[in-house]
Amino acid sequence: MSSLELKELYDGFRDPEVIKGFQKLIAAEAQKLPRTINIMEVCGGHTHTIMKYGLTQLLPKNINFIHGPGCPVCIMPKERIDHAYRLAMLPNVILLTLGDMIKVPGSLGTLQDARSKGADVRYVYSPMDALKVAEENPTKKIIFFAIGFETTTPMSAALIDIVIKRNIKNIFFHINHVTVPEAMELLIKGSDNDHCIDAFIGPSHVSVISGAKIYAVFPEKYHIPVVVSGFEPVDMMESIYMIVKQFNEGRSDLEVQYKRLVNFEGNTKAQALVEYYFEKVDLFKWRGIGHIPRSALKLRAEFAALDAEVIYKEFLPYEEINDHKLCICGDILRGRAKPQDCSVFGTACKPTSPLGSCMVSSEGACAAYYKYGNLI
Amino acid sequence: MCLSIPSKVVKIDTEFNIATVDTMGVQRTAGLDLMEEGSVKIGDYVLLHIGFVMNKIDEEDAMESLRVYREILEALDEEERRALVLEDDNCPNREAP
Amino acid sequence: MTKTVTLAQGNGGAENAQLISEIFYKQFKNEILEKSEDAAIIDGGRLAFTTDSFTVSPLFFDGGDIGKLSICGTCNDLAMMGAKPTYMTCAVIVEEGFSIKELETIVASMKKELEINGANIVCGDTKVVPKGAVDKIFINTTGVGVVQKSGISSNCVSTADTIIVSNEIGKHGATIFANREGMEFSSDLKSDCTSLWPLVEKLLAEGIEITAMRDATRGGVAAVLNEWAKQSKVCIEVQEEVLPVSDTVRGICEILGFEAYNLANEGTFILAVKSTDANRAVEILKTFEAGERAAVIANVTHQYDGRVILLSAWGSKRFMDLPTGELLPRIC
Repeated sequence: MSSLELKELYDGFRDPEVIKGFQKLIAAEAQKLPRTINIMEVCGGHTHTIMKYGLTQLLPKNINFIHGPGCPVCIMPKERIDHAYRLAMLPNVILLTLGDMIKVPGSLGTLQDARSKGADVRYVYSPMDALKVAEENPTKKIIFFAIGFETTTPMSAALIDIVIKRNIKNIFFHINHVTVPEAMELLIKGSDNDHCIDAFIGPSHVSVISGAKIYAVFPEKYHIPVVVSGFEPVDMMESIYMIVKQFNEGRSDLEVQYKRLVNFEGNTKAQALVEYYFEKVDLFKWRGIGHIPRSALKLRAEFAALDAEVIYKEFLPYEEINDHKLCICGDILRGRAKPQDCSVFGTACKPTSPLGSCMVSSEGACAAYYKYGNLI
Repeated sequence: MCLSIPSKVVKIDTEFNIATVDTMGVQRTAGLDLMEEGSVKIGDYVLLHIGFVMNKIDEEDAMESLRVYREILEALDEEERRALVLEDDNCPNREAP
Repeated sequence: MTKTVTLAQGNGGAENAQLISEIFYKQFKNEILEKSEDAAIIDGGRLAFTTDSFTVSPLFFDGGDIGKLSICGTCNDLAMMGAKPTYMTCAVIVEEGFSIKELETIVASMKKELEINGANIVCGDTKVVPKGAVDKIFINTTGVGVVQKSGISSNCVSTADTIIVSNEIGKHGATIFANREGMEFSSDLKSDCTSLWPLVEKLLAEGIEITAMRDATRGGVAAVLNEWAKQSKVCIEVQEEVLPVSDTVRGICEILGFEAYNLANEGTFILAVKSTDANRAVEILKTFEAGERAAVIANVTHQYDGRVILLSAWGSKRFMDLPTGELLPRIC
């Protein structure tokens, strides 16, 4: 029988002594590095951990972070947000989405703006909350604006499964699920010598679902190390240590630091559910990065009866919209700039009046920098 | 990444395929649709995300990690102690024995 | 400034402050108002005067109801200025169709709380409006208190002070989120809604040198500390590890991605006392159930005037800022 307490799962991976311990180990190992190395943490939650726990203050100057695009709210292009806005403004529609999404501005405004104009927009904690809303509002059309990476896609699939099995007639889906490895690969190919991504810290929970196998291409084809990390500060410090060691030992391997939750195969049942309901879209625009092939999902044709993008096609615009001309979210998301490099960071662009998505979502690099403020 | 947190399973409802989980005294229900039938038991530690159980936490691996961290701290302490002793031995202000 | 009022402007944080100063303070300008204290000191310093409206939803929550809150909230604002709550008003706006039984329960809660504070409702008003014109019931209470110790002010915090919190933080905000429709939790979590005058009375009686006090309502501990740092032009450095947070509040914060110091409290307050009195103040607070986990949490410096810094247990630091926007759960 195990003697593991739940509290240990929190405190054990936030232990100040262990964090300081890894600080010393990393410092010793980093001294042997031939040059500054650039580590990209792909995932917004990792950016959040780094900033919240002040990890950059604990690392030597020759370890540099490039903040990756790993925030599904950050990369949502204005065009898709405008879809949500238009759907929300339709009569008899209740638009549901997850938390932060309602604060992101498209070209028409945010979903909060739509709400203050009379649209019924609600944020839910779980896709399953849609079932209750649908039951309580039988004459309304409930549209679930689905967002998220591989972590969140299975939950949308589970809801679709229930909607079909219970023959629920008033729930529909607008799908904006995206996948991480294709974006990572584009960032490698696009990187110039000045901002070479030397290693990836792999997302924690995308990997729980998809397994570490999805990153195999990076060591194998590009000789870039990947360490799949948990999101607690100890997890990240250990992962950074593992990356620096790989460098000094001349290795480029796929390693899993987050062993307690991630293995190579992942959650195959969740993967099968996703595979059953979704297929890849040829091209999807990632805000600030551009179109990435086969990096997003849509409902398979046989489920078109649930697809809000099909049913409400006439109300949904598809013209391209440019980002604000002063916004450099694109460069930040590609790892080419830091938030402080942006001319409007903290002035015209702040959490209360964001110009770009990196500032709106609390997992965006700009919001994290703004909130945890550069006390470095 | 997402806000996924470890919780302990305290009850299982097989009819609706739902588990009741406890996170530091806060109890909630979470769907088991993403887990193989029968794979989640009371007392298991699981990872929750937006109302669903995503995976089980491998306790062996978790305890192994925690054990490794303790060893790292002990090794660092030992090193520091040796360094202090060495420093003391070599202290120029010490009188020769 | 936005063109229409937004929900965020009622959050007790940055947008709220902006709305108040650019719309209300701008027109109502006067010396007393601009002090921005919990209660206004009037009549040459002898009386404290304050008002508050209560729109909490749900009306009945673990640890209290809107009635209890309407008395605690206003009486606590008086207590925070060192004034004994004495006279109160009560104005109620009720929606047509509201249950009389529930109304009676609410009024009974108010009575109980008045007794604890030793105050009386001396005038009031009742309005009934058509269904949909208000969300069930809104209550406004105004209070007048007799100042027992003058000079307590958020504008006077200095490096000679130590900052103390009276109890575990975030309970009320966490309870409201947990009870709110759409988020189903079950736990032993309950609001800390309590009258604070008895605690303040004892501190004053024992001669504790109090510089400032404020209950950490909307916006939580972060809001109070930031207001003090700004108004007194000092830097407040908080030891993150010693902030008292109960396991259950921690659980809610983990689940929803909140920080306990951003969540509202209705029976927990922050004090700035002369450093020499800090330990004694904590001991006195601990003699009350509402002060069980009182602790010293911060000291005052001039490192970054106007800001609050959080010091982690492993030597890193970050700013503890005023919350912004609606408090939304983080997601993927």
